Amino acid sequence: MTLEARGLTVRFGGVAALSGVSFRVAAGTVTSLIGPNGAGKTTAFNVITGFQRPSQGTVSHDGEPITGWRPHRIAARGLVRTFQKTSVFPGLSVRENVLTGLHLRGRVGVIAALLTRGRVREEERDLGAEADRVIEFVGLGGRRHEAASALSYGDQRRLELAVALAAKPRVLLLDEPASGMTASEKAAVATLIGRIRGQGVTVFLVEHDMRLVMGISDRVLVLNYGRLIADGDPAAVQRDPEVIRAYLGAGAHAHA
Amino acid sequence: MSRVALGIALAAALTAPAWVWNPYHLHTLIMAGIFAVLALSLNLLLGYTGQLSLGHAAFFGMGAYATGLLTVKLEWSPWIGLLAATVLPAAAGYVIGRLALKLRGAYFVLLTISFAGCVSLVSVNWMDLTNGPLGIPGVPPVEIALPGLPVLSLRSKAAYYYLVLAAVALSYLMCRALVRSRVGRALVALRENETLAASVGIDATHYLVLAALISAGMAGFAGGLYAHYTRFVSPEVFLFTYTVTMVIMVVAGGKGTLAGPVVGAVLFTVLPEALRAAASWQWQMLLYGILLIAVLFFMPEGIVPSLRAAQRRWRTS
Repeated sequence: MTLEARGLTVRFGGVAALSGVSFRVAAGTVTSLIGPNGAGKTTAFNVITGFQRPSQGTVSHDGEPITGWRPHRIAARGLVRTFQKTSVFPGLSVRENVLTGLHLRGRVGVIAALLTRGRVREEERDLGAEADRVIEFVGLGGRRHEAASALSYGDQRRLELAVALAAKPRVLLLDEPASGMTASEKAAVATLIGRIRGQGVTVFLVEHDMRLVMGISDRVLVLNYGRLIADGDPAAVQRDPEVIRAYLGAGAHAHA
Repeated sequence: MSRVALGIALAAALTAPAWVWNPYHLHTLIMAGIFAVLALSLNLLLGYTGQLSLGHAAFFGMGAYATGLLTVKLEWSPWIGLLAATVLPAAAGYVIGRLALKLRGAYFVLLTISFAGCVSLVSVNWMDLTNGPLGIPGVPPVEIALPGLPVLSLRSKAAYYYLVLAAVALSYLMCRALVRSRVGRALVALRENETLAASVGIDATHYLVLAALISAGMAGFAGGLYAHYTRFVSPEVFLFTYTVTMVIMVVAGGKGTLAGPVVGAVLFTVLPEALRAAASWQWQMLLYGILLIAVLFFMPEGIVPSLRAAQRRWRTS
């Protein structure tokens, strides 16, 4: 079904990063959350994925409230995120990164690890095959054994995506996946997001690049100063006078 | 090449009592083995989860006292004593892990130091139980009594050496099995990037508690081995020096590797003894310090990773 936020408010001291924000992300769609810097986009992601407790409001997934759950539990439910600042396991190889991302798909615990060599070997073989599949999917096939810290910026961002995909998301939350990328790299990311959605994964996206957002989104949410000021399909949002004001400043003409 | 080296090392370890005729040298090797178990245990926390425990001597000492008290005061079998020496510290490790729920880095270090301080004070001051600074003499030797066979007492150094060697092998294999599974990857993920680990569903608390529990259990077991070897337990087992030695062994040997702690343990047990033979006492500690600094300066990743890197370079050139 859907991811739903109701009346989300987050206060840091006297500042409200989010005030009374409500929205829905429908299953199977690409939904984008946009807004000027400091509008509260990443805060919204942090609340949804359990890294930040809301002062008020609730988040629910498929009707079940998940507000206040710890991040690993939310991930286990199928809500997996990436981070605005590149976040990988730097000392590990590409393959080890993805294998770590596959954590939830493994079953072996301490007892099994210590006592059942056969089961561990079988699981490692299955996870290894799955890791290779995910690595191919994001196009890092040739870099499998390189250290994550040695990858180019663009490849690190691909790896991030691979690690998140390995966790088998039902809803994938991407925080500025194309920031700092060249035009061709951005196009590649857009294609990749399309393919991810094609596999039935709901994508919730925070992004600054308007062409990317308008090109791939089914629905666009606009935040400004912690408030939701628009919610609709890309074309409607682009025409919305309040959105234009937020982006271009008061008094701007609506010809953007 | 490393296979040959490994083979030689294994053969040397297995036959040591046959050619190490000086009992003092054999004693040094037994202590190296006990320290190898300790270093492996500390490495599980420091090397894999990235959390430094500066209270590891507490688990070691608890293990020594657990088996010392049970075998002397209650006259239980040393095997049950060794089991208790593992289980009790493991339980303490579990508690420490739970307390460390939100404590990482420097706070975790402080927590473990305080814990070790508390346990040490108890051992000195709870006279009725521990006999205070006088300690517990007369800890019995370990005996192997199989039905139909004469009782085999591990009273001799040579026999005890093999018990310790088996303990090292067991600890090593345990660590290896953990590290090469999904559990080990979760531990490393906590070290590398805890936020990302959580976002792919790794429960940091669960794995940190687990690592602390297993690590403490291993350290306690080493303490039990030490008690039945020296046949005497006193508050000296809680000395901070033990913890520092373990850290040196892990860091110099190569933290986050399986062989590193073992190499570090052997080297830094044998080295002070070798220096004692080679130099007058004023120079021993100085030389020890200089050698340690040299190792860390030239091999900042530790001995094992540096040797591996050198071997790779040698192969490709």
